[in-house]
Amino acid sequence: MSLIKYESFVREPLVDGEKNYHVVTEEIVHTIEAKPTRLWYIGFSIAVILLLLGIYAVYREVTYGITEWNLGRTVGWGWDITNFVWWVGIGHAGTLISAILLLFRQGWRTGVNRAAEAMTIFAVICAGQFPIWHMGRVWLAFFVMPYPNTRGPLWVNFNSPLLWDVFAISTYFTVSLLFWYTGLIPDLATIRDRARTKLRKMLYGIVSFGWSGSTKHWQRHESLALVLAGLSTPLVLSVHTIVSFDFATSVVPGWHTTIFPPYFVAGAIFSGFAMVQTLMVVTRRVMNLQDYITIGHIEAMNKVIVLTGSIVGCAYLTELFIAWYGANIYESDAFFKGRLTGPYSWAYWIMMTCNVAAPQLFWFKKLRRNIEFTFIMSIIVNIGMWFERFVIIVLSIFRDYLPSSWSMYYAASIYEVGFFMGSLGLFFTAYFLFSKYFPVIAIHEIKHVLKTSGESYKARMGKIESEDMEQFYHEIHEAEHH
Amino acid sequence: MDIRKFVVGCYDDEEVLFPAVKKVRKAGYKIHDVYTPYAVHGLDKALGLRETRIHTAGFIYGMVGLTTALSFISWILAIDWPLNIGGKPHFALPAWIPIMFELTVLFSAIGMTLTFCYLCQLAPFVKKHHFHPRATDDLFVMVIECTTKTNVQEAQNFLTGTGAKEVNVQLAETGWWLGTYDKDRKIFEVGKEAISA
Repeated sequence: MSLIKYESFVREPLVDGEKNYHVVTEEIVHTIEAKPTRLWYIGFSIAVILLLLGIYAVYREVTYGITEWNLGRTVGWGWDITNFVWWVGIGHAGTLISAILLLFRQGWRTGVNRAAEAMTIFAVICAGQFPIWHMGRVWLAFFVMPYPNTRGPLWVNFNSPLLWDVFAISTYFTVSLLFWYTGLIPDLATIRDRARTKLRKMLYGIVSFGWSGSTKHWQRHESLALVLAGLSTPLVLSVHTIVSFDFATSVVPGWHTTIFPPYFVAGAIFSGFAMVQTLMVVTRRVMNLQDYITIGHIEAMNKVIVLTGSIVGCAYLTELFIAWYGANIYESDAFFKGRLTGPYSWAYWIMMTCNVAAPQLFWFKKLRRNIEFTFIMSIIVNIGMWFERFVIIVLSIFRDYLPSSWSMYYAASIYEVGFFMGSLGLFFTAYFLFSKYFPVIAIHEIKHVLKTSGESYKARMGKIESEDMEQFYHEIHEAEHH
Repeated sequence: MDIRKFVVGCYDDEEVLFPAVKKVRKAGYKIHDVYTPYAVHGLDKALGLRETRIHTAGFIYGMVGLTTALSFISWILAIDWPLNIGGKPHFALPAWIPIMFELTVLFSAIGMTLTFCYLCQLAPFVKKHHFHPRATDDLFVMVIECTTKTNVQEAQNFLTGTGAKEVNVQLAETGWWLGTYDKDRKIFEVGKEAISA
């Protein structure tokens, strides 16, 4: 009996090269045990500088108030909420990869899920900063929690989408963190057991929670991962749905549309995968992990990008159609005079070019499998998706119902830009630390698929398959005779 | 925490491990556990372990979350402080669905993870006896628990016969204790007499 589950050899191998279990451990853990490269130090320093810039920008905002930002009477949500939605969207790819692709039995997720989940967590942390600091008097931020208080008690409004957001984002963060960390525990134990220095043995011993690899523990671990994936799947869809409710349940022309939930979710997956590509293309090269994050992985993600990009494009066109067909002059003005034309039309057309036109190039297989092109495209998509949120938010509110409440122009102040840069700094600082101290690839999951999808094993699979078939045929043949 | 004697056999291939597990069980040895570097599918069945029920716990936690959300919100908005919002009903169930859903997921995820950690004795500063450091790297480590009737030498030979690459005998504390992995000290220092006993 062969234990190897049949895996079609038409499919590309998920792990390239001649490898056994030990080599897998060695190659992935190597970067944690070696001293960081110069490139790492340079990147980390830049990230920390950006983070410090952000801290200064936030300090200004907290000390001198919201007026440090150029938000005004009509544009009350500007860069801050744009950045919030942008980061939350980016934070969707990780859980999509780890949860939905797990349920869909997509083997290729094993190479990228760990880093994508980490990215999710960091992106959600970044996202959370914006609404929190936007509160102005941030020391009262705990007012959003429903707790018995001396003001009545005066409760929060459970009918408000902004409160749904509080619950959605914090639940999403917690569940993603649990999912990520339970997956990490066995890999941290691997690092612990091969650690040569005392400090490393102690630290990884603490964070690996005394994992032993017992069969019963693995059985529970698998069950836990599967159920968490099942829970995260509707969760990941619900989070951006609820973010879109922040807009869709209002009566602002341009926001008040029922298409928002699916449109936002598709956009979130789109931008999330773009950010995963940005990180993966760099990570695989810098850390020498080309065998684990293969061109096949890159291509699979590019396919998701072209699909979701097209869904987003479809949503843009639907919005325009409904604005025309719905015959509501406020709505049609919001779209045709506020977006397609008007003072901000450049933002709309940047969005259209980056999100709808550019990704269509991924229909060409050559371009899907081109690393440099993928990297450039991932940056373009991220820029496009930032502009999408900017278009949705600022372009819907810069002209209120009365022309006397039309703001001529909203340009971000240096502190708004600094805050955004700071969030990038926070994100990359966290990612650099993660890539240095944690296994960026799920070691135990790679070992799990190694013998079915590893290149060296797949080469022998044709033979095993035919052997099994012969035996099967033989058995049938015998049964017929008797 | 008691100290027991174990015969440890290390395999480097799961295709050897499966028949070995079958043979060892058939020969009547008591398998304490098999430690593997990844989740080997089917090994739990080969060892005769029953299916985990952790997902049932997850369902119960989820229901607790759902009930908590519904009862808390309805008490607040319909009983404790009813607000007249455009004459709409105080008990506005559709508007509560998002938070009810989120709390269902939150309770279920946290509850299941804590249950998992409790059942597997996982926590920071928890230390256990590990039979082979490469059990988390590339070895499949089968551990047989010795009883008073076990012939240790015979068990070792048997394991070698089933294809174990490395066989040894260890005295070990079962369970867990608090400690860090940089210190080798065990709670009970074991003398040579204990091994011969």
